[in-house]
Amino acid sequence: MDSFIVISLIKIFVVFGALMTILAYLQWVERKVIAHIQVRPGPYRVGPHGLLQPLADVIKLITKEDLVPPYVNKVLYLAAPFLAITMALLSISVIPFGPKIQVAGYQTWMQLTDLNFGVLFILGISSMGVYGIALAGWSSNNKYALLGGLRSSAQMISYELPLSLAIAAPLLISNTLSLRKLVETQDGWLWNWNLFHGFQYVSFVIFIIAAFAETNRVPFDLPEAENELVAGFHTEYSSMKFASFFMAEYANMITVSCMAVLLFLGGWVAPWPAAYGSGYVPVVIFAVAGVITIWRGLNPRRKRDRYTFPPFGVVFLIVAAVFLVPLLQSALLPLFWFCAKTGAILFLFIWIRGTLPRFRYDQLMGFAWKVLFPVAMLNLLATGLAIAVFS
Amino acid sequence: MPESYAEQYFPVLVQALLAMALAAGLLTVSYLLGKRVRNRVKDMPYESGMVPTGDARHRFSVKFYLVAMLFILFDIEAIFLYPWAVVYRELKMFGFIEMLVFVVPILAGFFYIWKKGALDWSPDSTLNRKR
Repeated sequence: MDSFIVISLIKIFVVFGALMTILAYLQWVERKVIAHIQVRPGPYRVGPHGLLQPLADVIKLITKEDLVPPYVNKVLYLAAPFLAITMALLSISVIPFGPKIQVAGYQTWMQLTDLNFGVLFILGISSMGVYGIALAGWSSNNKYALLGGLRSSAQMISYELPLSLAIAAPLLISNTLSLRKLVETQDGWLWNWNLFHGFQYVSFVIFIIAAFAETNRVPFDLPEAENELVAGFHTEYSSMKFASFFMAEYANMITVSCMAVLLFLGGWVAPWPAAYGSGYVPVVIFAVAGVITIWRGLNPRRKRDRYTFPPFGVVFLIVAAVFLVPLLQSALLPLFWFCAKTGAILFLFIWIRGTLPRFRYDQLMGFAWKVLFPVAMLNLLATGLAIAVFS
Repeated sequence: MPESYAEQYFPVLVQALLAMALAAGLLTVSYLLGKRVRNRVKDMPYESGMVPTGDARHRFSVKFYLVAMLFILFDIEAIFLYPWAVVYRELKMFGFIEMLVFVVPILAGFFYIWKKGALDWSPDSTLNRKR
């Protein structure tokens, strides 16, 4: 029992630290990717290629003036960012990153805990996140904030319907609410993933669209439509209180991407079994990346590339070598596949932000109720019928 | 790995405490570090430079209330589908027909509110309907 508590605490601190780092650097990745989509360099002054930018942002935000306006409802005004960030960070505790591994004689799962209703837990926690936004909008006592908060709550609860219906379809196939067992049913080859079962790509598309709306991302970022509502529900927030809403948004993005990977893309499972060499994919990818980076550093297009590129190339080559150590492979390979899939979904989030314009509000609500909801319902019934007939 | 309830929920509890500590810590640190300069204009609600008239506690569109009501109806339906989905392989065709009996009346209700215009947000389509 004692070793269980120690292992749990170590796992929690590792996951928490990794999550905070990823949160900080997701912001950097997003700014860089959008900058390159718009043909500009993005952040590049603070550290090499702007890599210290997140740190600078945190220092700036913490030392900004912490304003509590006199006309707000103080308790709810302070509770809103607290609630948003707590709920956003809580749902990571049931996400599985990999199978059972052995560390120094102890067997443990690469997951904080496996609740047997993990899917419902995540849905419930993410619904609690709506409170943060609704309370922020109402307690600010500002017309823009109130409108933003109302819009946001209406949008989030409307898109929760197609989201939960789209989640139910892969559950029909896997027949479990435990996220760990959900992945175990998708083991083996690529076509065992729920995405490639019959017409499940319909559920996947509905899930992704609803997920964009749930996390208030473009093209559904109506709560923060700056040309009509200034900054929406967080107009009256400053310094770290303002930043906590962004942290919550990014944490929700990560959770939703993890959910998409676990439900549809087979979680930590490789696209094909290790017997056919899927274990060497990360080695090849990192080695090629390392060689290209070093080559670019030796033939620099810009002067500073000569100093910044080779260290990165060496790091990539070291990572490639680490993936060859047999002792570490059992833990690193699942983690690699999980991170690669989640990263791909997160990149999709950023890519779409750089590509699409924003919906109009009546279009947004009409789309949720008149298109997504009936389609999700019919898709669920058709999935049920197909399973009843063919299995 | 059979686990007791305490073992299953212990990590969730620790994670919750950690998240709350982080949230409270961040808010406190920025409260302690940030310098404060108050003036009359800063203490007004931000309305793009206009002098605010009245506070924000106005009546807002009844549509939002309607959406909340419809959401409760249909979300309860969606939650009922989850246990059905988990045991579906044992029920097969029986389960499908039972679920049709449950879903079809709800879908009928859905198309009724659609035709009634409860899902329309733009004033144009509502006006056209009345003509």
